[in-house]
Amino acid sequence: MTLPIFSASDDPGPSFAELLARVRPQPALPDGAPPLTITHGTTVLGVKYADGVVMAGDRRATSGNLIAHKTMEKVFPADRYSGVAIAGAAGPAVEMVKLFQLQLEHYEKVEGQVLSLEGKANQLSSMVRSHLPAAMQGMAVVPIFAGYDLRREVGRLFSYDVTGGRYEELDHIASGSGSLHAGTVVKLGFRDDLTRDAAIDLVVSALYQAADADSATGGPDLIRGIFPVVATITTEGYTRVDDGELRTRVEALVAGGGAR
Amino acid sequence: MSMPFYVAPEQVMKDRADYARKGIARGRSAVAILYRDGILIAAENTSGTLRKVSEIYDRIAFAGVGKYNEFDQLRIAGVRHADLKGYSYSREDVDARSLANAYAQMLGQIFTHEMKPMEVEILVAEVGATSADDQIFHIVYDGSVVDEERFSVIGGDAEAIAARLEEAFQPGLETAGALRAAVGALAGPDRALAPTDLEVAVLSRQNGRRAFRRIEDAELATLLPGV
Repeated sequence: MTLPIFSASDDPGPSFAELLARVRPQPALPDGAPPLTITHGTTVLGVKYADGVVMAGDRRATSGNLIAHKTMEKVFPADRYSGVAIAGAAGPAVEMVKLFQLQLEHYEKVEGQVLSLEGKANQLSSMVRSHLPAAMQGMAVVPIFAGYDLRREVGRLFSYDVTGGRYEELDHIASGSGSLHAGTVVKLGFRDDLTRDAAIDLVVSALYQAADADSATGGPDLIRGIFPVVATITTEGYTRVDDGELRTRVEALVAGGGAR
Repeated sequence: MSMPFYVAPEQVMKDRADYARKGIARGRSAVAILYRDGILIAAENTSGTLRKVSEIYDRIAFAGVGKYNEFDQLRIAGVRHADLKGYSYSREDVDARSLANAYAQMLGQIFTHEMKPMEVEILVAEVGATSADDQIFHIVYDGSVVDEERFSVIGGDAEAIAARLEEAFQPGLETAGALRAAVGALAGPDRALAPTDLEVAVLSRQNGRRAFRRIEDAELATLLPGV
């Protein structure tokens, strides 16, 4: 590989997506809906709490009526102080996350400073919008974005639609096939300034109920040791909650009758 | 029609090399030195915003001296090269050696074919899993590459600084010790450098995926007491 050098008028600036388009133009999508079944990931959540935000996602990916993967991850760190969770066509969604992570890091390195949280949310918006042609063919990707805004000292949540529309939410968001059920549980259990414990219990319970009512959402699996991906984002940055802690919380939920 | 004067190729190359060296000698120097946790890079730089030392990739850092716009162009090209390579293959496949070669190709090409050589000297450093795997590549304006052991100096006063660093260097120094050796060598016997005159960063094995971290302000002042 030679060094990518551009003339001043053609320089892609700090954008990795622009750079990629210069060096390797993407192939056009075929016309019409794909004749194949595409793997889909489902149900992700974001909830604000006292120290920041908590994000969570179930682990199931489906392909038509088959369960394609039992341990898919849908919640990812975007950078140190933000996370992104995805619902929709799994392949393009994971690729979008990879590009988004790179985009933020690339900007930081080229420009020598980190994008504002608002800037990151807008970047994701333009990535979702540029994915619209694929979404029209049944490969929609609908992410949620959450982060700790170091300038305003507050956790923030953003939801998106397939056209790249970006909406900041005040308390909580959910996306994916089980979002109706999970969202309702969160809505009923939400209070201002939840503690970390209460916020994690709330999202675990919401995903449990979504899995109960939506076949495309996977519940916690105590036998195989598969638990939702849960992460907190605070002044300490993005931290994934470990499986041991989640097992204890799921067991408490089942024992306390909250899993009926 | 007038005939151009004949100039011997040796003379052309010598003129270009002198030109580049003069440009580099006008700026201040930078050093990279191996220490216990990885590689420490210190540069004399009074600006807090125009950087000489930067992050390229997870385990790779860049330092440049000479003409700012030229080495900054190289730095950005390096970030792009590394990010594209990591995206196409895997993060593990991005290494300093291939980046140093790409820089050398480009600098060599410009030195022989363009009107003006680049007035820069750069370092590409990579921290490895153990200190035996740490690497420092020193690349000069004409495209020559040197794979350095222990430490490397770039800039105008390189020989004198390297001689001082030779005396101060010890394997396995702590951060503070390596910093004192590097700054002492940069300053020389007749002057002292304050933290505000310095730009310092480390590539440390202790930092997780992204090994690069700047040492600034209060932390730098604590590590350099009595200056």
